[in-house]
Amino acid sequence: MFQYILKRIIEMIPLLLVVSILTFLFIHMIPGDPARLVAGKDATLEDVNRVSIELGLDQPIWKQYVTFMGNLFKGDLGTSLKTGLPVSNMFADRFMPSIYLTLLSMGWALVIGLIIGTLSAVFKNKWPDHLGMVTAVSGISLPGFWLGLILIQIFSVQLGWFPTGGAEGWKSYVLPSITLGAGIMSMLARFTRSSLLETLKADFIRTGRAKGLKESSVLTKHALRNSLIPVVTIAGLQFGFLLGGSVVVETVFSFPGMGRLLIDSIAFRDYPVIQSALLLFSIEFILVNLIVDILYSTLNPKIQYE
Amino acid sequence: MEFTSTVTEKKQVVPKKKYSPVREFWVNFKHQKTAFFASMFILLLIIIAIIGPSIAPYDPYKPDYDATLQGPSSEHILGTDEYGRDIFSRILVGTRITLSVSTSSVLLGAIVGTVLGIMSGYFGGWLDRIIMRSSDVMFAFPDLLLAIAIVAVLGPGLNNVIIAVSVFSVPSFARLVRGSTLEAKENTFVEAAKSMGAPHKRIMFKHIFPETVSSLIVFVTMRIGTAIIAASSLSFLGLGASPETPDWGAMLSMGRDYLGTASHVVMMPGIAIFLTVLAFNLVGDGLRDVLDPKTKNE
Repeated sequence: MFQYILKRIIEMIPLLLVVSILTFLFIHMIPGDPARLVAGKDATLEDVNRVSIELGLDQPIWKQYVTFMGNLFKGDLGTSLKTGLPVSNMFADRFMPSIYLTLLSMGWALVIGLIIGTLSAVFKNKWPDHLGMVTAVSGISLPGFWLGLILIQIFSVQLGWFPTGGAEGWKSYVLPSITLGAGIMSMLARFTRSSLLETLKADFIRTGRAKGLKESSVLTKHALRNSLIPVVTIAGLQFGFLLGGSVVVETVFSFPGMGRLLIDSIAFRDYPVIQSALLLFSIEFILVNLIVDILYSTLNPKIQYE
Repeated sequence: MEFTSTVTEKKQVVPKKKYSPVREFWVNFKHQKTAFFASMFILLLIIIAIIGPSIAPYDPYKPDYDATLQGPSSEHILGTDEYGRDIFSRILVGTRITLSVSTSSVLLGAIVGTVLGIMSGYFGGWLDRIIMRSSDVMFAFPDLLLAIAIVAVLGPGLNNVIIAVSVFSVPSFARLVRGSTLEAKENTFVEAAKSMGAPHKRIMFKHIFPETVSSLIVFVTMRIGTAIIAASSLSFLGLGASPETPDWGAMLSMGRDYLGTASHVVMMPGIAIFLTVLAFNLVGDGLRDVLDPKTKNE
């Protein structure tokens, strides 16, 4: 088991390297001279040259990458063009609220998604199934920003139950996490349903029933455990959807997280911040998938750890 | 024609009546009542996309400062926005933008992804490894974030949105098609073609490609829904259509400030996006049940 985890971590390194190279190249892919972009529209040639030296853009590209990686390991993500603050400082108080928001959304989406999916499969073609699947297909069709605005309109503006934005206290997390989790919840519900229906057709379920197991134990001990395996994988893959969605949801709710910072930085062309935020998002995503892989292997006894 | 015929041939293991393959598909699809109804709605949208600008009661760009932020009335059935522009007319004209941006980006991604996926599955070896590892790298950037990054590099605008959305569709299509190719490769008719000395290109596109079409059709339909949401999200974030364009996402973004006072400015384009995406998802579900029952909910 330990060896398997180690193997997966080692396998991840080349991917992380390529991702770091791509995000490094990001600033070089923008049309035009990055030094000129950084120096601003009205900058003189001298200004541009000075900025170019400051940013190390006069160095050969491989050297720039080595410096970039070296700084990265020291925790130095560069300096924001907009605020002049170190990027890592700007991330410090925005990182955790975003993490809480995504985890909270994933948490309720998993629980409710599994419940709806299971009920739909058990009551196939009866009203709980129809209700569950109508909810789910609507959930995947709702644009997050619109759902968020409707929730603000009803629960903040009209009823005054929750704040319209910010991240102070648990109340400000309620509406954003409902908005962010709705799509995932629906996908998981649909997926749980079809996965469970598939498992319920298997021979070992028939055997279980034939030997007189209670239906509840067939369902929980045998069917659910086996259909959970693909659901976990999907949940991990959909985590990327959450990270992308968080950008939109944080903008709707003026939530002081990483996603909102990214969008504000794009508007200002604050490239060091954009670059580091993208890198951080993808590292987060890769790590989550690693955790999912490990979880998957503990759930599925068929996987061999060689 | 050829695509559908090969698709249904698989199903003809238990033929009920002798229908032509297209007819059989049509009969099966009509039984999917929700999906059938949804496809009629999409047909309506396509008609609106074509004739929308000529049936719009008002000029979608022309401001009318005497009639700003009016609620729905007999004059303006969906109300007016902050410049007094008729929302109904803007939604009608915006249909073309929504449908063309989403379908072109998905088709672009599908074409590139399909070619890569077939080559990857057919040739295997180092080419397969390179293509699959590159798609792993692309998957490491969560999809909407990848699109945001691309737009950040290329600059905002609808054309760049199309590029961004199609780029993030490529790896999913490549994986899907690679999977079907690996399966199709095992067929005896592929082996027969090989042994007769057919060139690779011919085997890939004449023999293997038709085998992947049924799952492709399903996936394209589903992805159009995703693409509409992605493109309107980008417009909402100010990275897509410019604010005066009657793009549904941009309209919603502009209306945000009037949520408390004139919520219809936000509601109407939102309903339009929701219904359109819903229709594509329902048709996708129906097509999957008819064409490709194996790949439920992928």
